[in-house]
Amino acid sequence: MTGMNLTLKIWRQAGPRAKGEMVTYPVTDISPDMSFLEMLDVLNEQLTARGEEPIAFDSDCREGICGMCGLMISGKAHGPEVTTTCQLHMRSFSDGDEITVEPWRADAFPVIKDLVVDREAFDRIIQAGGFISANTGAAPEAHSVPVPKPKADRSFMAAACIGCGACVAACPNASGMLFLGAKITHLGELPQGQPERDARVVAMVNQHDHEGFGGCTNIGECSLACPKEIPQDVINQLNLDLRRALTHGH
Amino acid sequence: MTQQTSGLIHGLYAEGDPIQDTKAPAGPIADRWNTRKFESALVNPANRRKLSVIIVGTGLAGGAAAATLGEAGYHVKSFCYQDSPRRAHSIAAQGGINAAKNYKEDGDSTFRLFYDTVKGGDYRSRESNVYRLAEVSANIIDQCVAQGVPFAREYGGLLDNRSFGGVQVSRTFYARGQTGQQLLIGAYQALERQVAAGTVEMYSRHEMLEVIVADGRARGIIARDLVTGEVETHLADVVVLATGGYGNVFFLSTNAMGSNVTATWRAHRKGAYFGNPCYTQIHPTCIPVAGEHQSKLTLMSESLRNDGRIWVPKRAEDCDKDPREIPEEDRDYYLERIYPSFGNLVPRDIASRAAKYVCDEGRGVGPKVGDFRRGVYLDFTDALRRMSKEAVAEKYGNLLDMYQRITGENPYEVPMRIYPAVHYTMGGLWVDYDLQSSIPGLFVAGEANFSDHGANRLGASALMQGLADGYFVLPNTIRDYLAKGPFEKLDDSHEAVVEAKASVDARIAKLLEINGDRTVDSFHRELGNIMWEYCGMERTEEGLLKAIDLIRALRDEFWRNVRVLGAADTLNQSLERAGRVADFLELGELMCIDALHRRESCGGHFRAESQTEDGEALRHDDEFAYVAAWEWGGDNGGAPILHKEDLVYEFVEMKQRSYK
Repeated sequence: MTGMNLTLKIWRQAGPRAKGEMVTYPVTDISPDMSFLEMLDVLNEQLTARGEEPIAFDSDCREGICGMCGLMISGKAHGPEVTTTCQLHMRSFSDGDEITVEPWRADAFPVIKDLVVDREAFDRIIQAGGFISANTGAAPEAHSVPVPKPKADRSFMAAACIGCGACVAACPNASGMLFLGAKITHLGELPQGQPERDARVVAMVNQHDHEGFGGCTNIGECSLACPKEIPQDVINQLNLDLRRALTHGH
Repeated sequence: MTQQTSGLIHGLYAEGDPIQDTKAPAGPIADRWNTRKFESALVNPANRRKLSVIIVGTGLAGGAAAATLGEAGYHVKSFCYQDSPRRAHSIAAQGGINAAKNYKEDGDSTFRLFYDTVKGGDYRSRESNVYRLAEVSANIIDQCVAQGVPFAREYGGLLDNRSFGGVQVSRTFYARGQTGQQLLIGAYQALERQVAAGTVEMYSRHEMLEVIVADGRARGIIARDLVTGEVETHLADVVVLATGGYGNVFFLSTNAMGSNVTATWRAHRKGAYFGNPCYTQIHPTCIPVAGEHQSKLTLMSESLRNDGRIWVPKRAEDCDKDPREIPEEDRDYYLERIYPSFGNLVPRDIASRAAKYVCDEGRGVGPKVGDFRRGVYLDFTDALRRMSKEAVAEKYGNLLDMYQRITGENPYEVPMRIYPAVHYTMGGLWVDYDLQSSIPGLFVAGEANFSDHGANRLGASALMQGLADGYFVLPNTIRDYLAKGPFEKLDDSHEAVVEAKASVDARIAKLLEINGDRTVDSFHRELGNIMWEYCGMERTEEGLLKAIDLIRALRDEFWRNVRVLGAADTLNQSLERAGRVADFLELGELMCIDALHRRESCGGHFRAESQTEDGEALRHDDEFAYVAAWEWGGDNGGAPILHKEDLVYEFVEMKQRSYK
């Protein structure tokens, strides 16, 4: 295969309070084996050579696990495949395509610069209760509490969340309920997570709402955009746990 | 090989006084850690809040240490360059974590884990440290389970184990192929709990650019807020660096894009010795480079070697053929041919070098990058015939899917291509038994220190070391140091603080004003090529000398001709990278000098001049059974100074390995 020629329309914004705009960049001779971010690296090298400031975007591990990257690509969170932006490859596009590239769009994720957003709201939701209180050194022998395998497996499935924020970006309400439900399910399936279960869900939901994320109206875009394919039923679990906590008087 | 041309090769380094660890107690090895903990001083809970700790890095070591010291009641400031502490590169570890639980009753014990780790490190690690690592390993599993880490379990609800990395016991705990992620999320959640409790202040998107050493003690750091560009001063009673390894000196590695040496290198320039910088681990089963655009390499678990067969064509002219059309008699299953008893399961370094040799002969496969094809086949055809597609998918499905996503080729139909890549650095800042560097008050944990893996790290041991250091070692040893405090009050007007801040400001200004012709990445890529060619899988005296000249010339050009656009007072990713590459350009030279002076082969360090008749690594224990701890030679280009720490083996006998 030979290289592709593409037209990129990329969101440029100089700073948090600056006015942003879409800027058009043609790129040529793009190898189908490049990752999407490598394609942006190539563009940035060319911009630097021309004396234009390169485009700021986040990425770190580039193997789909750290959750640092995330772009709206032609209107889809992480682009056309079910994966992270760093694992999206140019063979998913065709010669002549026009591709728009934007940052995550959500009030709770303000833009810092160009394609970089602030996702600290997720950290604050975890601070509100997304943990099991077990000080170092206080742990009992690991085999003292068996965990039924189906529960351990479901816990793991939910714990696979990488905190990238694609669920929020994909949701018309900019809701963070998939992220939240994943953590509630991860910890709630384990015996170790039971003592704080009621207090956890109430505190985390309150923090979620306080951060400006929207509510869930069962649209399901979150789960479709999730690169780790976390199912929507973690949101059912969240609602179930919340109702239970409220009936317990929390 | 063993005859030295002179002690100091070509004046590239000088030799200083030997050093030794003074913190490990003498006596039976099984008692040492308990003795040390008992002897270390206590800090009254009421006084802890007045004592402050800076921890740079939020991976397994840094995150666990910040959480634990916060729980104990100290005032902790935690720093990471990523947007959240949960992103640290520990997250990418796939395989698992070792612990001497002996849940399988298969003969495992603390002593066996200790023994395997010392042997695996090719007898170049410190016995006391490694024994302690094995000793606390069991506590790590307890701690992680209590935090809610969802390890794999058996149907009875108990934890599952597997055998990993060529050892004969099953002591590896795992969470599918995402063990690092799950352990890091556990540490991250414990850390965020302390943020909520007010004991830890979190500074994400902050990069440490200098350590402050005042009156002989590490007392703080200079950090840049990567969003606003502000250069900030942070003072404390003790500083911990848990900033990971330096594999990105090779440009292409399995490390994250942002992984860098700046924190430890800045500390090195301020007096912290750098231990064994040439010890790097090259992993044999990575996805090969696809083209000049490549930004990083991806590891695939070496468990694939259990069922896949590695081969290249016998004749160079077959290398661009469809592999399925190359008949059996024209294939060279070279590992099975050379190492008939271990075959495809030879250790990482042997498998890596063998792949390099066949590609150097012109028998590599896959796309040409530069003048060479750098890849060998990892073929599942026999396994698919033997096991059925479903069975292969059950065992390796996620890895094969990942391969297909990256390469666009279906490994169920076409043999995969693999090639070695830089994966882990065993070297790092020199530390004593307390994990304290040669600068008092500067502690170093996890991959950033040199401490536990000798010349080669065993599989599933990096996660173990990170969490051992963070949860169990540092909180005890730092307490002993802090008990001597609080130290004299320091403020921003202290000469050491002013000097550190001024040097950071000046360096940033300098990087921005050069405005030359070449991008930061182009320098980084060129440095990586030099390191990979001459200080990679195989090293020679001639090659290393050449590399040193090339690196020096490149560094000169960098400071004359790099182009960094944008401003200092905003998010500026080119500026961040420029500072990191500038430090890699200094580290690379020290790695070559270390590799040059170590005229033996051991673990991940293979000197072509020191091999057995079978081509195996040949150690010279009589001359080189020591840690090379390097002191910075001074800002005016002075040669680095070598301090040797003799390694004494009281409990394990040194042996030469053989895999034939």
